[in-house]
Amino acid sequence: MNALLCPITAVWNSSIGKKLLVALTGLALVLFLAGHLIGNLLIYLGAEAFDEYAKALHEALRGGGVWIARIGLLVCLVIHVAATISLTRANRAASPKYQHEAVIQATKSSRIMIWSGLTILAFVIFHLLHFTVRVDSELAEIAKASPHKMVIVGFSNGLVVLFYLIAMTLLCSHLSHGVASMFQTLGFRSRKAAPLIAFLSKGYTLVIWLGFCSIPIAIYFFHFGC
Amino acid sequence: MLNLTLKVWRQKTSQDTGSMETYDAKNIPEEASFLEMLDIVNTRIIMSGGEPIHFDHDCREGICGSCSLTINGVPHSKEKGITTCQIHMRKFKEGDTIWIEPFRARAFPVVRDLIVDRSAMDRIIAAGGYIDVRTGSAVDANSIPISKMDADSAFDAAACIGCGACIAACKNSSAMLFTAAKVSHLGHLPQGQPERDKRVLSMVRQMDAEGFGNCTNQYECEAACPKEISVDHIARMNRDFTSALIKEQLIS
Ligand code: HEM
Ligand code: SF4
Ligand code: FES
Repeated sequence: MNALLCPITAVWNSSIGKKLLVALTGLALVLFLAGHLIGNLLIYLGAEAFDEYAKALHEALRGGGVWIARIGLLVCLVIHVAATISLTRANRAASPKYQHEAVIQATKSSRIMIWSGLTILAFVIFHLLHFTVRVDSELAEIAKASPHKMVIVGFSNGLVVLFYLIAMTLLCSHLSHGVASMFQTLGFRSRKAAPLIAFLSKGYTLVIWLGFCSIPIAIYFFHFGC
Repeated sequence: MLNLTLKVWRQKTSQDTGSMETYDAKNIPEEASFLEMLDIVNTRIIMSGGEPIHFDHDCREGICGSCSLTINGVPHSKEKGITTCQIHMRKFKEGDTIWIEPFRARAFPVVRDLIVDRSAMDRIIAAGGYIDVRTGSAVDANSIPISKMDADSAFDAAACIGCGACIAACKNSSAMLFTAAKVSHLGHLPQGQPERDKRVLSMVRQMDAEGFGNCTNQYECEAACPKEISVDHIARMNRDFTSALIKEQLIS
């Protein structure tokens, strides 16, 4: 096999290699979420600041910047999903059930990773159609004038807000196991570092949950910006 | 004396589907060990003309790694840091129902009742858990300096008795803790250095080939391990494997 395919199959065909792909793509997505949150929180500074930020994003590298980011993120997401589905299937095939099941100390979040992940996937598709592709022509018109207004109008629909909040909660369940787990997969965890890693992981998850949920809650329940 | 109900996995051959059977275990002395309790029940089964419950055991003092048994869903029971043969019946209460199943994993086919074939673990060792050249008998103490931290960590890893409880406890039947303990044991010592990369690559590949699952970092293994082997060894194996794979694929 050639010099490129060989390392790729060596990584994909080994359990640790495939998990490394999950951890590295997970890390990229975790960093993206932090950046995305900071951008979104600009909404609290007013329409002008938010619209300017949206404009700057779309004009970076003469419009190429946003596409580089989109393609990079899409590639990460595809690798993450393909690898985790493949790992989950292999895990199920490897482990027959006990008649009397017991859990010693594994967390609930760690046991529903595939379900929290698939909910995130459904959410991401919806979210892109809603705010990026803008399949709703009315919302698309509004967005052209002001992305800020688009967010306010977008979050005045109760069902959208409900789905958003559920998805964020499951995302945070995913992160509460995933962020700490990533350190172990990448080989950076030790008994000594474990409390610090747990703190980082829980802290990050909490900030993500509070930050992302605050926006639809402020708009829908407290009529922020309306 | 305790009166207990046992739910025991019975399976005649590896092809048989098997099922849980119920047994009354009356008048069990509290000072009996768990395996002695099974001996008592088996004697009664034999006296009444039945086929005794088959289970693995050897040393009965927690050092050989032969005994297995998943007790109420937990390999070697929920008592921390001990093997099945070290459990005493005083840990149970009058009237308890105890579920006794084999160490389950697709890579551990049931041989009979509670006995499973754990030779997949031997094949992982055979793939690289050794040092190729004979290094002679034990060298003089302190003739090869080894840092205290490395010596301690190697010793902790070497405490693994190869029982397979980590695999049986894992939700994915992953063999990472066992394999990591073996990789770490030799990888910490000077004698293990020349083959360090080769060892981790072949042992992990054998582990994958045997049909064990993938680690999801839930640490059920560490919680079930009778020798309390730390998952730090798994993190170290992840590091070792990654660097060995990069060297193998891209450098030499
Ligand atoms: C923004 C989106 C996402 C982020 C930030 C994220 C983050 C992470 C992180 C950090 C891990 C831990 C990696 C490790 O254990 O080393 C992880 C694991 C996992 N992710 Fe995601 N993920 C996302 C989306 C998804 C999606 C869409 C799926 C759908 C299948 C998914 C399924 C999984 C599964 C099943 C695991 C467990 C893998 C394992 O423990 O072996 N994730 N994720
Ligand atoms: S790591 Fe612990 S549980 Fe696993 S085989 Fe070794 S002694 Fe048994
Ligand atoms: S019989 Fe030897 S460890 Fe239990």
